[in-house]
Amino acid sequence: MTAEETPAISVEVRDLVKRFGAFTAVDRISFSASRGEIMGFLGPNGAGKSTAIRILCGLLRPTSGSVRVAGYDVATDADAVRQHIGYMSQKFSLYNDLQVAENLRFFGGLYSVPRNIIDERIEAAIQMAGLAGHEHDMTGTLAGGWKQRLALGCALLHRPSILFLDEPTSGVDPISRRTFWDLIHDLAASGVTVIVSTHYMDEAEYCNQLALINRGRIVALGSPAELKTHLRRGALLLVKCQPLGPALEALEQNPDVLDAAVFGNALHLTVRDADRAIASIPQFLADHHVQSIELKEIPPSLEDVFVELASAPPAANEARAP
Amino acid sequence: MNWSRLIAMARKELIQIRRDPRSLLIALLMPIMQMVMLGYGVSLDAKHIPVYAYDQEGSPDSQALLKHFQASQYFDLVKTVPNYRQLTRAIDSDRCRLGVVIPYDFSKTLRDRGTASVQVIVDGTDDNTANLAVEYARAVISAYSGAVQLDWMGRQGLATLAGSQPISIEARTWFNEDLESRNFIIPGIIALVMALVGALLTSLTIAREWERGTMEQLISTPVTAREVMLGKLVPYFGIGMADAVLCFVMGVWWFGVPFRGTILALFITTTLFLIVILGIGFMISVAIKNQLGASIIALLVTLLPTSMLSGYTFPIDQMPAPVRAITYLVYSRYYVTALKAIFLKGVGIEALAEPMIALTLYAGVVGFFAMRAFKKSLD
Repeated sequence: MTAEETPAISVEVRDLVKRFGAFTAVDRISFSASRGEIMGFLGPNGAGKSTAIRILCGLLRPTSGSVRVAGYDVATDADAVRQHIGYMSQKFSLYNDLQVAENLRFFGGLYSVPRNIIDERIEAAIQMAGLAGHEHDMTGTLAGGWKQRLALGCALLHRPSILFLDEPTSGVDPISRRTFWDLIHDLAASGVTVIVSTHYMDEAEYCNQLALINRGRIVALGSPAELKTHLRRGALLLVKCQPLGPALEALEQNPDVLDAAVFGNALHLTVRDADRAIASIPQFLADHHVQSIELKEIPPSLEDVFVELASAPPAANEARAP
Repeated sequence: MNWSRLIAMARKELIQIRRDPRSLLIALLMPIMQMVMLGYGVSLDAKHIPVYAYDQEGSPDSQALLKHFQASQYFDLVKTVPNYRQLTRAIDSDRCRLGVVIPYDFSKTLRDRGTASVQVIVDGTDDNTANLAVEYARAVISAYSGAVQLDWMGRQGLATLAGSQPISIEARTWFNEDLESRNFIIPGIIALVMALVGALLTSLTIAREWERGTMEQLISTPVTAREVMLGKLVPYFGIGMADAVLCFVMGVWWFGVPFRGTILALFITTTLFLIVILGIGFMISVAIKNQLGASIIALLVTLLPTSMLSGYTFPIDQMPAPVRAITYLVYSRYYVTALKAIFLKGVGIEALAEPMIALTLYAGVVGFFAMRAFKKSLD
């Protein structure tokens, strides 16, 4: 099946639960991803992103719920799913004692890439990874960015319609990360559905659809823009003031302030009404012996959204973007 | 079964073996070293067993008997002592392993009745040598009694009977005429080396994927569990066969073990034995998941039963019944039996029914469980 023939919905997850003993790693998550979409899983370490991706790839069995990938049920038809997906695990897991070309040929064989086109595909993967001239280098000697692009090349040899990337850019330098994301966008443009987990906020901004995951649950789902505008309970203010500590303590007690958090050398405040807060806060700070330097409304970043959602009590985590 | 995936698996495994010094060492050097060390180191031959004699009579007849002991290559008549005490002390202090006591009326009873008894005392601390020593002593004494019988018949005037020959009892060992223990041992060593090398190498194969973190990527592909197993075992089967040929060649050309059987019988039994060994190594690798642990377990389940219970050094029919019963469960037992029969007796497949059926059964059972051992899952 090529990307063009796949149904519009590539991945469909309903009420997926994964438990390891008493621990619930994935807690009733549901979402769907369409062809050519880049879907991001954003969340802290241990939130359940990797577990969710491994279930989608058929590496772990779901405890309950249904997962359909490329039209197949992963619980009953895992090998059919595997033929249609590419997977890059979080930890580099190609063979370090194989040469670059040997790794590619091995995975080409495992994906049953026909003999007459395998050489062409390997060549294309080497070009994409920028590894021309390094075909016979031992994989273990490659730098991080190259290893990661080689792993991507291996995962794409059979031209899968869906690509799963589990924190693909962790431990990779910024320029390589940029190059990598350019490749991801090209793939999505050609119709490949990409499901990617990350804890980099800037990478999350590249996604069409974003699932914020915390403690095994999807706490928010939507495009980055939707998450930033609709999800907020109020407005976001930036406060630059001296000293920071007492200011934070005082503002947390202010009835107008829903939430306060330190961001670099300033504070971000979530308030119900921006105008009222801007009018009242300088005086409030002065009363608490804090010197305010700057106070203005700012557009929220994903990080703000995420911090707010992650710090909210579990009961409030049912929020969904429209 | 998909050939593209199977070939990819086998080729990858072969490349990895070629680049892994540890695997190469086990595959190439270990068989040669084991063959040489065990082939030369273990000798169960009981030759030149030291003998003390207590000759109560001191007659020409008794001297003649002792001369037979002296003439035998199996015994060295070290000393003749004047009493029991010195004889037992010699045995106690390990100066001899066998004591021969000739009674004071030896020649008289021999002359009167044509038969006489001789007492043989053997040091039983090493029961293997003790058994051999008694057997050899019996053979020496029968040879002597044959000579006496001839002499006695002559004096009774029976020698004139036409064509009459004294009956001489002569123990004749079949299949290993020289009682060369090396001939018995080399087939056992071959089985031991193959069990060790085969299980040790395959015990690393799945564990290595877990240890190096490559398993996750591997099982995310459509390759099936069965293809992983067969793809991984095919190269090791090739190596096992090559090692077997190496051992056979060393056994025959270097150690001079006779080869009287057929190559076909050798090939079939070796194939069955390799399937058993590789299957066991593979299951260990699946269960243990780390290379060191897996290799230790592999050593334990091959080296111990093969060296102790396969009949390689210790004859099975001399074991106590419960232990003998256990040996029926030891896969190497059947291969050792088959190898000895093929090398020394020169039998074909038809005479190997029992070990062949047992090995086939074993290969089937191990294969069945090995096929199901490996699961493509991280759970």
